[in-house]
Amino acid sequence: MPSRTARPVLAAVTAGAAVALGLTGCASAPDPGTVTVLNSATDTAEHTKNQKFFDRCARPLGLRVEQLSVPADQVSSKALRMASSHSLPDILELDGSELPQFALTGGLRPLDDLGVDTSGFSRSAVSLGSYQGTRYGVARSANSLALYYNPDLLAKAGVEPPRTWAELRTAARELTRDGTYGLAFSATPDADGVYQFLPFFWSSGGDEARLGDGGGAKALGLWKQLVADRSVSKAVVNWNQQDVNDQFVAGRAAMMINGPWQVPVLDAQKKTRWAVATIPVPEAGGTAVAPIGGTVMTVPKSDTPEREKNAAKILDCLNTPRNQLAWGKATNNVPTRTTAARSYAEQSPKLAPFTELVATARSRTARVGTRWPAVGDALAGAFQSVLTGRSSPEAALRRAQQQASTGK
Amino acid sequence: MNHLTRRPALLRWLFIAPALVYMAAFFGYPLVRNLLMSFQHYTPTTYFTGEAPFNGLDNWRAVLADPLFTDALWHTALFTAGSLLGQFTIGLALAVFFSRRFRLAGPIRAVLLLPWLVPMVVSAVVWRRILDQEHGVLNTFLRGLGLSDGGVPWLSSPSVALLSAVLVNIWIGIPFNMVILYGGLQEIPRELYEAAALDGARPWRAFRSITLPMLRPVITVVLVLGFMSTVKILDLILALTAGGPADATQTLGTVTYQLSFLRLDFGQGAVVGTVLILVSAVFAVLYLRANRADFGKGK
Repeated sequence: MPSRTARPVLAAVTAGAAVALGLTGCASAPDPGTVTVLNSATDTAEHTKNQKFFDRCARPLGLRVEQLSVPADQVSSKALRMASSHSLPDILELDGSELPQFALTGGLRPLDDLGVDTSGFSRSAVSLGSYQGTRYGVARSANSLALYYNPDLLAKAGVEPPRTWAELRTAARELTRDGTYGLAFSATPDADGVYQFLPFFWSSGGDEARLGDGGGAKALGLWKQLVADRSVSKAVVNWNQQDVNDQFVAGRAAMMINGPWQVPVLDAQKKTRWAVATIPVPEAGGTAVAPIGGTVMTVPKSDTPEREKNAAKILDCLNTPRNQLAWGKATNNVPTRTTAARSYAEQSPKLAPFTELVATARSRTARVGTRWPAVGDALAGAFQSVLTGRSSPEAALRRAQQQASTGK
Repeated sequence: MNHLTRRPALLRWLFIAPALVYMAAFFGYPLVRNLLMSFQHYTPTTYFTGEAPFNGLDNWRAVLADPLFTDALWHTALFTAGSLLGQFTIGLALAVFFSRRFRLAGPIRAVLLLPWLVPMVVSAVVWRRILDQEHGVLNTFLRGLGLSDGGVPWLSSPSVALLSAVLVNIWIGIPFNMVILYGGLQEIPRELYEAAALDGARPWRAFRSITLPMLRPVITVVLVLGFMSTVKILDLILALTAGGPADATQTLGTVTYQLSFLRLDFGQGAVVGTVLILVSAVFAVLYLRANRADFGKGK
């Protein structure tokens, strides 16, 4: 009997030791010839496409690239967990709007320190990858939002693609038929809806750093009128950008606001023809200010300088004008180097409006930096309360201002 | 001598130790950690430097001052109460119904279990389509019957959206309630009903005087477990409305998600998390007391 009681102790001790060993053992030392990447390419086709470009760049350097892909909304939390266990990848691909929060931690290497070639990029792309004037990330390509329209429905109604807000309202009203709305956009209270609201907000002089000064009230007014005219469904407060595209493809919306990532879906169907025009502006002769979106590749600081250098080499190679152009065409996104963007516009005339918009587009974080998530939430609250009739545009923006400033 | 007398005590501790270590590691540590975090300036930088300076009551003040928190608290209460009431009533009715033996009772009961097997996010996405104001199946059906022309704004009106979320959650929760209550009903001796029938009790009287009292321990379990899983609701709401329209479906779960994972302010997120834990703890204590009372009565 006595000898038996000793056993559980031993078992408990060994089990505890095994757990402790297991916990410390999980940060495996990466192989020096391998460059690791954390990105959001969970879709098989996208993952393969990425791997092809990585391999093309890594092979001549005698390196291997290993991608770890998690869903887009989990990249930042995954990266933070990896940071706390000192196991960050060599290349961290973040959404542009998340860059400031990571740059602020001091855990990212400024690209100039690594000698990454950052010349010849469009101003908007530079701003997407920068925080407080320092370049931390490179975007290979970028996207924005434009006005898609169904040429058949427009021709039937005798309507030209609208260029101003007044024309947009008239066109949307004339295109609205039984079962078809003139226009569809996303107004969900998340990143989708906020992204879609920005081209209207900014084009009418809205300022995300001072929401309350009334610049964007006209944009809220326009959205409200479009819904009140019944040219836009009240259900847009529930439609994400995918839903909006579904409505357009099903012929239930004659025009929509959407991004170039919908092109594969639009091309895969035969039912609805489509064309792209630039975002309408408040007054004739004005300039459309659309948001720039997309991911940026960053280099987390590493204990081994060699790893950072290898990552830098891969970044340089991925961003040669040739590779950028090929990547842009493969993803329907606009290359961020001005020369590559020019060739892209020539080779994909159908998406030309995106090329123009991206060149002058504005980054969400350029003015408010790490406060963007709070500002975005506040903006979402504003358009949702206006669209559901809870608030006037002016009052909604005043409240948003309050929210954004208390939300740190 | 001493050696022998100490042994039983040691032995007792050894038996308790695994459970104790497990509880401390997987329940105690996260709880304490979360509470501490709510008093810290805990941001992405913390993950890189390991530094999370204490900032007193700053997080608590910021969260409690936000009107959204009060709204979310209220929504959570309504959502939980509404869901439990609906799930439990319908679940109990179905359990009683199926405890009578009839043809096809088995297969039908199995079909009713399906909502339980579907992942919550999938159910939510399907329901989002069903409830779409324009082309959702439900509104198309109502229009067909001539009950509504414009379509009910199930998810697009701030005054209806929370109700819609409750209805969907009731649908999701019915199978769980039904299964557990059905199991409880099987335990009630048939003789009691026979005796009651001999005494001239009608079905409603038998239900009130036999079924409900005999089922009490099971009812407590169902309600407390239901409460725990409902009060922290997140995935259903995120997929159904993302907290909208106009914050009408923000709950404590969605607010803590937003603070922690979108704004990456883990300190403020922990405040809401702690509030959730406190609310759950209150109900856990009530549950334990109710259970002890039942045991005391020898049930």
